[in-house]
Amino acid sequence: MSDCSGEMLLELLNVDLTLHQKEILHHVNLRVCRGEILTIVGPNGAGKTTLLRVALGLLPPSSGHIELKPNLRIGYMPQRLQLDPTFPLSVRRFLALAGPKKADGFFAALEEVGASHVVDSALSNLSGGELQRVLLARALLREPDLLVLDEPVQGVDVHGQVELYQLIARIRDQRNCAVLMVSHDLHLVMAATDRVVCLNRHICCTGAPEVVTADPAYLALFGPLGAQNLAVYTHDSEHRHDCSEEHT
Amino acid sequence: MDDFLIRALLGGFGVALIAGPFGSFVVWRRLAYFGDTLAHSALLGVAVGLLLHVNLTLGIVVVCQGIAILLFFGQRQRQLASDTLLGILAHGALSLGLVSLAFMEDVRIDLMAYLFGDILAITTSDLLWIYGGGGLALAGLLLIWRTLLAITIHEDLARVEGLAVDRINWFFLGLIALSVALMMKVVGMLLVTSLLIIPAATARRFAPNPEAMAILASLIGCCAVGSGLYGSFLWDTPTGPSIVVAACLLFLSSFLLPVRLVLKNVRH
Repeated sequence: MSDCSGEMLLELLNVDLTLHQKEILHHVNLRVCRGEILTIVGPNGAGKTTLLRVALGLLPPSSGHIELKPNLRIGYMPQRLQLDPTFPLSVRRFLALAGPKKADGFFAALEEVGASHVVDSALSNLSGGELQRVLLARALLREPDLLVLDEPVQGVDVHGQVELYQLIARIRDQRNCAVLMVSHDLHLVMAATDRVVCLNRHICCTGAPEVVTADPAYLALFGPLGAQNLAVYTHDSEHRHDCSEEHT
Repeated sequence: MDDFLIRALLGGFGVALIAGPFGSFVVWRRLAYFGDTLAHSALLGVAVGLLLHVNLTLGIVVVCQGIAILLFFGQRQRQLASDTLLGILAHGALSLGLVSLAFMEDVRIDLMAYLFGDILAITTSDLLWIYGGGGLALAGLLLIWRTLLAITIHEDLARVEGLAVDRINWFFLGLIALSVALMMKVVGMLLVTSLLIIPAATARRFAPNPEAMAILASLIGCCAVGSGLYGSFLWDTPTGPSIVVAACLLFLSSFLLPVRLVLKNVRH
């Protein structure tokens, strides 16, 4: 099993989780190091979000344990905001609630994610892509060593997804933080990630995207659809490069 | 104006002021049924108060707190859905209250007053309870305001950001239980939730931020109390229900007003 090198931020050791007599996670070993983007992929019900919750300390594992770098700062981007529509909240206020932060802090974070134009909008008025960017800005306000993103591109159109993955990669480059994310899609995410963990209750395979997508366990899980994506991946990889140069 | 009317008005305003901010959270966090359950347990509080020979409002406050604690732990188990649990507690407590009152042979209480409130019978001691206890509840809410907003937006996010989510939730349930117990006297156990929810729902369309919504809800509640009392005086209708009818009319007429605000609740 390939592992990362560099400063260890988070490590799961032999994590098992059983809920309601049902095994959700089985012997999961996972290590996240500074500077890498690690993506967890897997079919529905594979335990991806649950694994994130365990890593965040929101759900205690049934056995095994979790090691964190001392004073690890985590920025968390939840899958969605179940905000009651009766809750009047502006983006500015939402970000201000992230912690005791000086007034210009949240504006800088919004600029970093390219969403400074929505600062005075109501949270309930944002488009899918804008909301994801605002959530990401809130995570960045924590000055995180580790960004934990639960399906960061959900509710975003394909073009917006590519942009968001580029943004995440750029944030990693500039801040030298680690990114641990869960993704539903197999296409675009492969371009923006250093290491992929293929999860189906247990870890099926792990490694660089081009290694994993050729792995028999991966192919068994996703079938020919998964194999096809390798082509998409290389194409997107080049595309991404062009785009990020335009941005800078 | 007669003394009892002034006391009624003061008591009603006090309760409306408490209801605004708490009602906003009840609406945001979808706790309406929760408030109802607390209110239903009030009769058990009356029985406990009579049994122990203590102030009846104190009895109600204590029993409501007990129910809030039961609910807090009850919601952590996963055998029963939350609304099932609330239903059991609400009607269990109500019936237990009625049955224990029936056992006290020398006690005759005015059941209607507890069910629908008896604002015209508010005493000076009731006013002290409403303003003392209400002030305490509001001060407590102010203390946890920011944290509670963060938890209301996303509980897990708040947890990851290091907030003491369980402790704050616990404290908040206690405060709600206290305010529901205090509101009993004015609108009665069956209508307490309406005074929490209707003004807050009315305020929503005009509020640009959470604080404005809470304050506006308080003011709208005061309007409902004032006009409800006046209507009840004019047409000799029961006061508690009249206040709730007034609140409903305010809610409906609020849709006639145009909303000119920075924030509009339009979903794309």
